Amino acid sequence: MADKNLPMREALRLALQEEMRRDERIFIMGEEVGMWQGTHKVTRGFLEEFGEKRVRDTPIAEMGIGGLAVGAAMAGLRPVAEFMTINFAFLALDAIINHAAKVRYFFDGEFECPVVFRAATGWGDQATASHSHTPEPIFAHFPGLYVCSPADSADAYGLLKTSIRDNNPVLFTESIGLYRMPGAVPDNPDYTLPIGKGKVKNEGSDVTLIAYGRAVSWCLKAARELAKEGISAEVVDVRWLRPLDTDLIFESFRKTNRAVIVEESHQFYSFGSEVAAQIQENCFDYMDAPIKRVTQHDVPVPFSKPLEELTYPDHTDVIKAVKEIL
Amino acid sequence: MAKPTKEMLLDWYRQMTLIREFEETSHQLYFDKRITGVYMHLYSGHEAVAVGAMAHMEIGKDHIITAYRDHAQALIAGVDPNRIMAEMFGKKTGVSGGKGGSMHLASAAHNFWGGYAIVGGHLPLAAGIALEAQYNNTGAVVLSHVGDGATNNGYFHEALNFAGLWDLPVIWLIENNGYGMGTETERAAGNPLLHERAIGYDVKDFGRVDGQDVFKMYDVMGEAFEHCRNGGSALVEAITYRYRGHGVSDKQYDSRLAQELQDWKENKDPINILKKHLLEEYKTVNESDLQAIVDESRRIVDESVEYAENSPFPTTLEDLYSNVYTD
Repeated sequence: MADKNLPMREALRLALQEEMRRDERIFIMGEEVGMWQGTHKVTRGFLEEFGEKRVRDTPIAEMGIGGLAVGAAMAGLRPVAEFMTINFAFLALDAIINHAAKVRYFFDGEFECPVVFRAATGWGDQATASHSHTPEPIFAHFPGLYVCSPADSADAYGLLKTSIRDNNPVLFTESIGLYRMPGAVPDNPDYTLPIGKGKVKNEGSDVTLIAYGRAVSWCLKAARELAKEGISAEVVDVRWLRPLDTDLIFESFRKTNRAVIVEESHQFYSFGSEVAAQIQENCFDYMDAPIKRVTQHDVPVPFSKPLEELTYPDHTDVIKAVKEIL
Repeated sequence: MAKPTKEMLLDWYRQMTLIREFEETSHQLYFDKRITGVYMHLYSGHEAVAVGAMAHMEIGKDHIITAYRDHAQALIAGVDPNRIMAEMFGKKTGVSGGKGGSMHLASAAHNFWGGYAIVGGHLPLAAGIALEAQYNNTGAVVLSHVGDGATNNGYFHEALNFAGLWDLPVIWLIENNGYGMGTETERAAGNPLLHERAIGYDVKDFGRVDGQDVFKMYDVMGEAFEHCRNGGSALVEAITYRYRGHGVSDKQYDSRLAQELQDWKENKDPINILKKHLLEEYKTVNESDLQAIVDESRRIVDESVEYAENSPFPTTLEDLYSNVYTD
């Protein structure tokens, strides 16, 4: 079947729509998901198609949204709860971490919790300090929860379906910077992707660039630029922060012997920290250079445009890091 | 509300004495260091609240959820006392395989959605369970216990707002025992008439009830169930008293309030109130009948302790790692 070309927001919308048509137990809830058509328009037209029972506008009450979704999931529904942005999910940390991630364990399997928490993640447009987080590693810290963050339209489509169909709780984040980015999407309503499996998005032999979400696009751009200079960079998109595809990371590293880990968020206790530790513990004999981390500066995100731009890395920082270890 | 029958009253007496025996035995076991850990919250003194409320639950249809003071709800719901006690000991045969402990008892088979350890954390879960009942039109009602302390926390207010906004069939049963840990309700709540919090959320306010009197509990809860059965949320504030500290390790509490505690025990004990009623109302019920019920409760609890002590601990990595995720 021919692929469709869709921006990521439309790929997400299609995945959610097809899943809701497939399974009556799925409902969505969140701030502005219905009448307003979704802040990021991922749920555009859903209220008209599915009605108020399955498309539920909520009050601005993230603790309630998070906990209510957990209870409904335990009781047999399949909620897709949207946090308008991941920043607001901080208010629901207890519901996500202490309840969604743990009810199965502390009751020793008595209940399932098949909830998906969707949230827009990332920065841009001078959103300022409290609205500019990319905090997936915080959530990935805790066992019991899966954390997924797609880097392109096809993955967004398949990974969201996978997350909805799985019986474990999933935090599913969507980079604001990718919503408009077009990409091919398979014309297959049962297109799913395995949990905890990443993908090599560009093959290479000199260095491995490891990332998730929007940072993958910086890595791909860096790889293209580096190729012009005869440097061959492999790009590993982990897709899932938990479970993390360490097999794929190690396989690539053992081939290239060098790695740069790239992420939008802070460096301190980061995705890069975990991946670097995993590599040195498991691939020490293959290391030819220190592992580099490319991240944002260690400051809250400022408003002023030049300062905001200065805060974040892009493909040029990736190229610079690669050249430092070659 | 139809008057409860003699058989019902005797069953309530059985439930209340079983809870009391279970809790006081657990207390002793804790101080004998046979039950370990730091968290265990006892229900002694509160018995009439849960017994009078849960008497209205339709078995296999309605739902019960509570916080960490959860032994009584498990016992009333019909969970095997042996497996409850084994959980207190952290044994593999416990209801939660030793992974939850005293605060995390649950049984899906009994529609007992468990005890939860974060103050207020279970309240939106209760609303979510009620949403499923409404979504699938099951006619079920969710009974959610909540302590007075939790009514000051954001979870309570967000959950009540959802319940009022969406007409979710959930009863919020506040157990106001006068203290959130060691802080008096009046020192924690802007308006200490906690039931009035229902009004702001269009949840039906059933006011305050004497939580020591199982008949009064039964009557008001019957009305609350009926209200929710027709679609909507209800709130009841039961005034009660706990005979032990907030948690079993809070020892100073008992001595600080010795006089107050003695007054409640002597004049407002829920088991005595029911016993007095049974003896006065029914000539066919005598002291020895009631003592036989206490003895049977004693026997069940003794047996549960024996079962728990003879059960194995979970010890393997397989035990440790099971049920983090589902396959």
